[in-house]
Amino acid sequence: MANILHIVVCAGIVPDPLQTLEPVTTPAGPGLKNEMVLPAVLDPWAASALYEAAALAAKNPGSKLWLVSLGPKAKLQQVMMTVAQKVAFELVPIDGPIGGFPDAHSTAAVLAETIAALPGLDHEKLLLFGGWESATRGAGVTLQLVGERLGITDQFQGVDQITFSDDGSFEVLERVEGGKHQVSVCAGAPAVLGWATGNLAEPRNNPQVGMANMRTIMPALAKAKVAKLDANGLSYLSVSLPKQQRTTRVVKDMTPDQIAAELVEWIGAE
Amino acid sequence: MSTEAATTETPEIDRQTMEVDIACAGFGPATGGFLSTLTKAWTENPADPAFESRVAPGMPLQVLCYERADDISSGVSGVVTQGRAIRASLPELNPAEIPMAVPVKSERVMYLLDPIGASRRSALLRFGDRLLRAAGPLLGVKDHAFTLPWTPAFLNKHGGLVLSIGQFNQWIGAQLMATGLVQIWPGTPVSSPLFKGSKVEGLRLADQGVDKSGAPTDGFMAGMDVRALLTVVGDGPVGAVGQAIDERLGLPPGHAHREWALGMKFVIELPEDSNLENSPLQPGTVWHSFGYPEPEIFGFLYVHPERLVSVGIFVPSWMSDPSRTAYRYLQHYIQHPALWRYLKGGTLRSWGAKSLEESGKHGEPFLTGDGYARIGEGSGSTNMLTGSGVDEAWATGTQLGEAVIELLRAGKPFTQENLAATYEIRRRASWVERGAKEAENARNGFQDGIVKGMIGMALAGLTSGKLSLGAHIPPAHKQIRPFASQSTEGLQLKQAVALAHADGRTFHDALLSVRGWPEIPLDGRLLVTQQDALLLGGKVQAMPGFSDHVLFRDSALCKECGEKTCITMCSGQALTLGEDGAPAFEREKCVHCGACLWNCGQSPDGEHSNIEFHAGSGGLHSAEN
Repeated sequence: MANILHIVVCAGIVPDPLQTLEPVTTPAGPGLKNEMVLPAVLDPWAASALYEAAALAAKNPGSKLWLVSLGPKAKLQQVMMTVAQKVAFELVPIDGPIGGFPDAHSTAAVLAETIAALPGLDHEKLLLFGGWESATRGAGVTLQLVGERLGITDQFQGVDQITFSDDGSFEVLERVEGGKHQVSVCAGAPAVLGWATGNLAEPRNNPQVGMANMRTIMPALAKAKVAKLDANGLSYLSVSLPKQQRTTRVVKDMTPDQIAAELVEWIGAE
Repeated sequence: MSTEAATTETPEIDRQTMEVDIACAGFGPATGGFLSTLTKAWTENPADPAFESRVAPGMPLQVLCYERADDISSGVSGVVTQGRAIRASLPELNPAEIPMAVPVKSERVMYLLDPIGASRRSALLRFGDRLLRAAGPLLGVKDHAFTLPWTPAFLNKHGGLVLSIGQFNQWIGAQLMATGLVQIWPGTPVSSPLFKGSKVEGLRLADQGVDKSGAPTDGFMAGMDVRALLTVVGDGPVGAVGQAIDERLGLPPGHAHREWALGMKFVIELPEDSNLENSPLQPGTVWHSFGYPEPEIFGFLYVHPERLVSVGIFVPSWMSDPSRTAYRYLQHYIQHPALWRYLKGGTLRSWGAKSLEESGKHGEPFLTGDGYARIGEGSGSTNMLTGSGVDEAWATGTQLGEAVIELLRAGKPFTQENLAATYEIRRRASWVERGAKEAENARNGFQDGIVKGMIGMALAGLTSGKLSLGAHIPPAHKQIRPFASQSTEGLQLKQAVALAHADGRTFHDALLSVRGWPEIPLDGRLLVTQQDALLLGGKVQAMPGFSDHVLFRDSALCKECGEKTCITMCSGQALTLGEDGAPAFEREKCVHCGACLWNCGQSPDGEHSNIEFHAGSGGLHSAEN
């Protein structure tokens, strides 16, 4: 029997992790050099949450899926041209800063307020999805704070799998130490699930999905509300960049032991 | 399998279909110009019934653009451009709003002497070099470089812009999409046009969930057919759609795609301790060079704001050396004393390469046909005398945009006749066409060497094309001189092959080493291996689930081929020497420069090379190019 779910995925955008990221102090506080220049992507952990949410919604007809994303409107628009081709959702954009440095409480307040005001959202059917980590500063607390503000006490982090039963309860696999999962059973929505990677491959780009999404995304972007987040008074005490030196060699016929020994030596030298 | 065949050989696959008014293949400056013109007129008068969809009555015009690269900012190159067409379309343009953009401040042209002695210079050129060195103190030769006392007018970009096309595309793309009138979809390769006879009826997107050969696997998703009243072909010189149209409908009599160059460049962050105030490398500085690392290779250096410079080389198809390459040459180029003085200690931020179609008018396809129009570099708009392509491409896009608006308002269909009477007529009457005619024969002399080539270019440039040298340009595959197996070259080739197999180094790297070029002193920051440049500067990757886009028509020809120039010229090391003697292709390392297409010394039909270059996913992921 299908469970009708109202899934809200909170997903920010981050500079493409392939880019060279260099911390700098900006007039607005800590930031990244040329951050607006860098191409952005949907935060990879939150992207996993979105794909899992879409699969869950597809399995449970009548369910709804919103994607709530806070970031600079122009960047959101650019990222959506890729994300919108993956799965069907309704975008709820919030025009705000990028980078993960704004205050988590302030960010959570804006997100919670926006989610609570979603037309047609049934709190009793709400599953709040997001990433348990982030490719930005990665404090990993915003999703939990949003859940608290929405009064949701059942919270799970590091989720890799969720399996629903006919009675609306669900089993959750959360990552724990040692490469194992903790198995929990939750009586049902509402709940907060911070996703690790999940088990689904990144969906293919489907132009028809993109076209369907775009009918709502562009109008939503046009009227995105502006969020002014509190500065949190953060500043860099020290910044240490990883060495960018690359010294690739092509060596043939090395044994696994030799490779392991060289890796250990290299790590030890760092 | 030919590209054309791909459109008709799989009728059993059930494909999704979508109807739109206008479908564009490729998002670059030409499509940017087209869409800017269209949206500008649209936003000025949203109620204009001309902009009502014909395929979805009651809806606005349905305009879609599909771009192969994973982001509209990826996979393109930095330029200096006069920018007159861009400024005409965007009169309020403020370069300060576009990252890495800056007005041109100063220009110089330098002849670079060979400080190493490894360059292949003719006796005549060596004699000239000796004279220049002897007269050096009088002529101001410094750091093995002679700066011309003036920049020829035809090269002059005064008043223009230094741009990162990646950043420019990102900037203009954001504005276009913000209008809500057009959609630009990245990460969506277009495999072919949809033909009905000689009419183009839209685009077929690439299949996903397939193996290397294109056979369906898990998660197969057939590429959608996007049926369009007008198909705008702006997918560049090696784009699958343009190639398929050329293949099916042919080129105008006497025209052929025979002249090419590979442009490869680094984006370098100058050292933090650079004394920029006293440096000649002020933002907006433009240097052109010739003479080094080989006489046939031209070079450039453009200075962006924020201590960034773009520095690169062009390796032309008329460089007959079968071991021609780019990455290693670029490393030698930046180490020339005239440049190294400023670049030493810098950091490689980005890297990229692309093929340039240098046939100009000689390679111009039919600009219009029933249901389609060609714009940009793939339409032969690049001016090879002035070394300018972006502005011309943008201009052709705006001309098509104006033509389409005229036809929409007149309620006329997009037939060849109507497109010729509106788009082609505008283009023929414009400065793009005048420039193309002036440049038509400007490079004729280069087939006979650099000295004759420079004379021919100067002749055409200084007489606005009225005078030029005559020439017969052979097909690209015939421009590659075969190795003479009994010669020193042949021995060097064998040594290089042995070296490549022995220590795993790349073939082109081994070839240049055995030819006497010094090893590159890798520093891990600026001078890095090509493998590292793929990850460090180019951030190259590819989505899984797409087929190989580089195919070899006849593998027997590849095995017999003694030169294997496709491997030495491969920008991304995606082509390597296979154990069976044929090149091996790794899709994940391809930067989609298309160099393999014209760096193949074999031909099954006398005109085309033995390599097919299809639509593919992935490539560069740097926005700083």
